[in-house]
Amino acid sequence: MDYGLDTKSTRLKTFNTIFIITWLLIACFPFIWTFWGSFKVRADFFSRSDWWYAISAFNTLIETGGKFTTNAYTQAWTEGEFWKASKNTIIVTVFVVSISLFLGTLGAYALSRSTEKYAFWILMAALIFRAMPHITLVSGYLFPFFELQIWGILPTTIVVLVAINQPFTLWLLYSFFKTVPKELDESALIDGCSYFQAFRHIIMPVMWPGVITAGLFSLMLAYNDFTVTALLLNQENHTMVPKIQSYLGTNQHEGNLMWAVSAVVSATAPLFMLVMFFQRQVISGLTAGAVKG
Amino acid sequence: MPNKTFFWFFLPTGLAMILFIGLPIISTGIQSFYAQHDQVVKEVKKCDPFGCTVSIVVDNEETSKIREAKPLGKFNGFGTYTDRNHLAVDEIKKFWNETESFSAFVDQVTNLPFYKALIFTLTYCLFVTPNVLLLGFIIALSLNAVARKIRGPLIFGTILPMIVTPLVGSLVLFWMIDSQGIIGANIQNLMNDPYLSLKSSKTLTWITIIIYGIWHHSPFAFVVFYAALQTVPQEPVEAAIIDGASRFQRIKHIVLPHIYPVVTFVALISLMDNFRVFEPIIGFSAEGSAQSLSWLIYDNLVNEEVILFGSAAATSMMTIIGIAILLAPVLIRTWKEFKTAR
Repeated sequence: MDYGLDTKSTRLKTFNTIFIITWLLIACFPFIWTFWGSFKVRADFFSRSDWWYAISAFNTLIETGGKFTTNAYTQAWTEGEFWKASKNTIIVTVFVVSISLFLGTLGAYALSRSTEKYAFWILMAALIFRAMPHITLVSGYLFPFFELQIWGILPTTIVVLVAINQPFTLWLLYSFFKTVPKELDESALIDGCSYFQAFRHIIMPVMWPGVITAGLFSLMLAYNDFTVTALLLNQENHTMVPKIQSYLGTNQHEGNLMWAVSAVVSATAPLFMLVMFFQRQVISGLTAGAVKG
Repeated sequence: MPNKTFFWFFLPTGLAMILFIGLPIISTGIQSFYAQHDQVVKEVKKCDPFGCTVSIVVDNEETSKIREAKPLGKFNGFGTYTDRNHLAVDEIKKFWNETESFSAFVDQVTNLPFYKALIFTLTYCLFVTPNVLLLGFIIALSLNAVARKIRGPLIFGTILPMIVTPLVGSLVLFWMIDSQGIIGANIQNLMNDPYLSLKSSKTLTWITIIIYGIWHHSPFAFVVFYAALQTVPQEPVEAAIIDGASRFQRIKHIVLPHIYPVVTFVALISLMDNFRVFEPIIGFSAEGSAQSLSWLIYDNLVNEEVILFGSAAATSMMTIIGIAILLAPVLIRTWKEFKTAR
């Protein structure tokens, strides 16, 4: 805590610095290492003889003639059809985010402006729904989806992800809408606006920070999901995360494990970039539910 | 807001949640009372010059006919719940009667798939949740003492483990800890044991997954605690400094009481998330020695021959009951607050 009165001893400061550096190393090094290793051949990154090969690139030099190779990337993206997986991920993410926000803003606005008892119970129900493990829901979907023959296609998965995402989006946007003063839309109503017009023209324009935060979380859910996409999509429609898992399963091919490594880097990089750009929104979203109560 | 307007505003999201969260839970409940059909067998009499033999073969045609007529399977009541792969009522009775000491009985019971998974899930929750709270709090305190200018990048670095999906996070760690990875190889050298590896011991696997859990969830606790620390009022802290309170005393008597509601929130969320641990088991390929409830469901659903809907549904229902037990104290408290507020 940065108080004028609070004087810290040098020992405490040193200890603090060491602690933070250690923690950051633990938090970040695995990603840096994987990024570094993705440019090596398998015999170096997963070396049976000497782990130092991953740094000296002993086998990479022999096999490719250079210290770094992008073979794993080119193979995974072409032969491994990772391009298809990323295309599917983009489709799923775009639709999930836009539909989630559309449904979520309407619902959360209604909840935040309602004084009735049922609004409270709906929020409680949403909390319970939020706690449901996704895999239990998936075990409920599979059979009906097989029967209705809508299993394996992208639209089904998009709708399911939107629904799974709603409880969290509702809570998040609800806490944001609560911070917008009621008088704002009430004055619009007096001026003769309908509720929808007030929502559309008065409230939404001041809600952008909240909407961006909610959008980011929907995006992260859709982008990162494994349980739903792995079980509800067929091979052809797999998104990135289940695709990475499928590279692990087939170990006969020499290159496959390196495909997984390069795929992990390819999938993680955009996410990190996004979070770096929107760090403030991510943090405000995580704390919205907690700090405001 | 009038009820009618509320209804139209809430309809889309409400419909989505009822159709894809409410109904699936009911569907899971119904499925858990059914089991897949047995294969229809028929006797085939084969005669050759040396005599006749009767053999039993699977009648594929009949089997698929029955499956088509009743795709849900045959009604099994609570049969799936009590079978060997779930609550294993008969087996437990048998063990109780047959084993001599209590520890032998416990040993037998914990080898049953459901109890094995339950114990792993609870152990994981029990170790990860408190450590996440502790580590998250320490990081928040520590980062809060750093100069404001460099906090941004430090926070970014801190939250990285949280924003990657658990499968990717566990893979990234697994590739380092594996016997052919950087940490695994160095530990082998250090211990002078070339056969030491993650997969060789159950305890090591459990410890690794728990460490992964702490690594993955601490940033969330950190972010929330960090934000809460910004709201701690300055005056009482300054007064405490003047009164000569030590740093530890200040944290214990002023900071912690102030952020207490947030601590319960983080504990609850992280307990809920930890209870559904599943992806790290796949990432660490630890199926052999660590199985969680969610993993059992997944395993039933990706079964090669025939998807075990009934079995998966029964485990799901019991997981939901587990979640309900975890959530009950919070719901009861909120309800009481709501009642007194009225």
